[in-house]
Amino acid sequence: MALLSERAPPGSGVGERMQSTVTIRGWRARILRPAWRVLVYAMLVAGSAIYGFPFAWMVRSSFMTIDQFYEDPPPFFPLPPNWSSYTEVWETGPIVWWIANSTIVTVLGVVLMTFVSAVVAFGFARTEYPIRDALFLLVISTMMLPEHVTIIPKVIIFRDLGWLDTLLPLTVPMIGGSAFFIFILRQFFRTIPRELDDAAAIDGASPLRVMFTIVFPLSKPAIATVAVFSFIGKWNEFFEPFIYLNTPERMTFAVGLRFFQAGMWEQPQLHLQMAVALIAVAPIVVIFFFAQQHFVRGITLTGIKG
Amino acid sequence: MKRTVWQQWSGILFAVPWLLQFVLFILIPFAASFWLSLTDYRFRDFPQMIWLENYADLASDDVFLKSVFNTLYYTVFHVPGVMIIAFFIAILLNQKVKGMPLFRTLFYLPSVTAGVATIMLWLVILQPNGILNQALGLFGLPGPRWLTSTQWAMPSLILMSFWTVGTTMILYLAGLQGIPQHLYEAASIDGAGHLRKLWHVTVPMMTPTIFLTLVLGIIGSWQVFTQALILTGGGPANATLFVLLYLYRKAFLIFQMGYASAIAWVLFVIILIFTLIQFGIARRWVYYEYDESS
Repeated sequence: MALLSERAPPGSGVGERMQSTVTIRGWRARILRPAWRVLVYAMLVAGSAIYGFPFAWMVRSSFMTIDQFYEDPPPFFPLPPNWSSYTEVWETGPIVWWIANSTIVTVLGVVLMTFVSAVVAFGFARTEYPIRDALFLLVISTMMLPEHVTIIPKVIIFRDLGWLDTLLPLTVPMIGGSAFFIFILRQFFRTIPRELDDAAAIDGASPLRVMFTIVFPLSKPAIATVAVFSFIGKWNEFFEPFIYLNTPERMTFAVGLRFFQAGMWEQPQLHLQMAVALIAVAPIVVIFFFAQQHFVRGITLTGIKG
Repeated sequence: MKRTVWQQWSGILFAVPWLLQFVLFILIPFAASFWLSLTDYRFRDFPQMIWLENYADLASDDVFLKSVFNTLYYTVFHVPGVMIIAFFIAILLNQKVKGMPLFRTLFYLPSVTAGVATIMLWLVILQPNGILNQALGLFGLPGPRWLTSTQWAMPSLILMSFWTVGTTMILYLAGLQGIPQHLYEAASIDGAGHLRKLWHVTVPMMTPTIFLTLVLGIIGSWQVFTQALILTGGGPANATLFVLLYLYRKAFLIFQMGYASAIAWVLFVIILIFTLIQFGIARRWVYYEYDESS
């Protein structure tokens, strides 16, 4: 978190621009600047309240009993809070399986996708062969291809392989890395001075050795960013697992949640849904708070600038 | 200097994992999907060629046309809405005041957690007797039946999408931070006020990022699926039936996979056309600095 604040450079910081005119028009510094600051804070607080509110409401709703949802009006905060949702959810569905399955997919995603993407990206950043740039263009263009165009044939392929209703369709395709991550990492690798690997090459180091001992260690921040992105992407992934998985015990958490919502009771059990949703969101929130600075960096790494 | 074939080509080995994945899970399915769209495939018997019949049927399929209309409706409000809100928040988050990291986290969190869990939450917020309608009641406004009325279901989804503006916002924030400070100083010397600086420096310098978010936003809104599936199931009376949801119904509920493949391709072509048009008109309004490094 500290990192983010240090990184906040002088963009359109209004307060700062005023500084340059401060000697000319002193009243601006005395009155306008504090006033602007108060206004900024007011808007920030109001905005945060709006954007943070749904999370608070999720917590509140998980403490309700089902009948309280249908009172008119429902209580703003249920007193006494009903903690039983959190014990009840574990009995209503194979949540432990969902957590296990999602963990498998996510861990494999983080390890495999990050590693393979890094290796492929190294190839694009540091080796030369005739069709390299055309190939890289192909990688980028697949990012534009919507996944729904390929989903039907993929289902047929996975059916014929006997992979439907298993985690294989979600994990095996990761052996190729991800176009987006390859792109991010390649951009980063190119910023590492070439002299370093040239020196190693003169000493007789193979490209593989250069990759593992020079380029990867120097790219830890970028690799960490990609790992965090893939964690969140895999944990939240819905469309493909939703199509491939049918048996409750074989679902990932995101798909299980949908199952939980859609077909288990005659009447929706909103309090249980909120409790289980909170359990599902928790790992992401934890990761996000720990790895926060990697997000902004990740965006900057893509080379997108204003 | 002559290089052996090995020296010249060995680098491609690094790309082999991706190439494998590309051929197996992208190229072959992509081609197969077009072929399927020309057949009557129903997941069991061998596909029979019916050529363009699926496409002809689509042109007169009222439900499909409705889904295209719905998706357009969503796009028209969602994309500019998200861009404006994200731009405003980004400018706010770019001010130098204390506690900014906390504020940035709060505004970004909804986008990171976006998924089934946080979508289900809106079932509670948008309940007819829920908190939003209670709040509206305080101002004497009658709250609609958000998700269950044909008139309000789509606005509900659009409104909800304004909660997850984080990614766009971060892109704008990165863009704002990349604007060279000397431009603002020069503008100050010329006597420009804050609004003029915003309009004549910030906005022009941000056009590449604005363009990027516009392209990504439109591509994304043609692929809306999860929200509609979970909150409305496409209803009521197909009021929130998005193209992708219709594709899902056809392909995986009634197994008309040939027909659904045709939907997939129409959707693909729509997205492609939108993207190409935008790139075509981009140079009229997007400002690119000369950048020798790229």
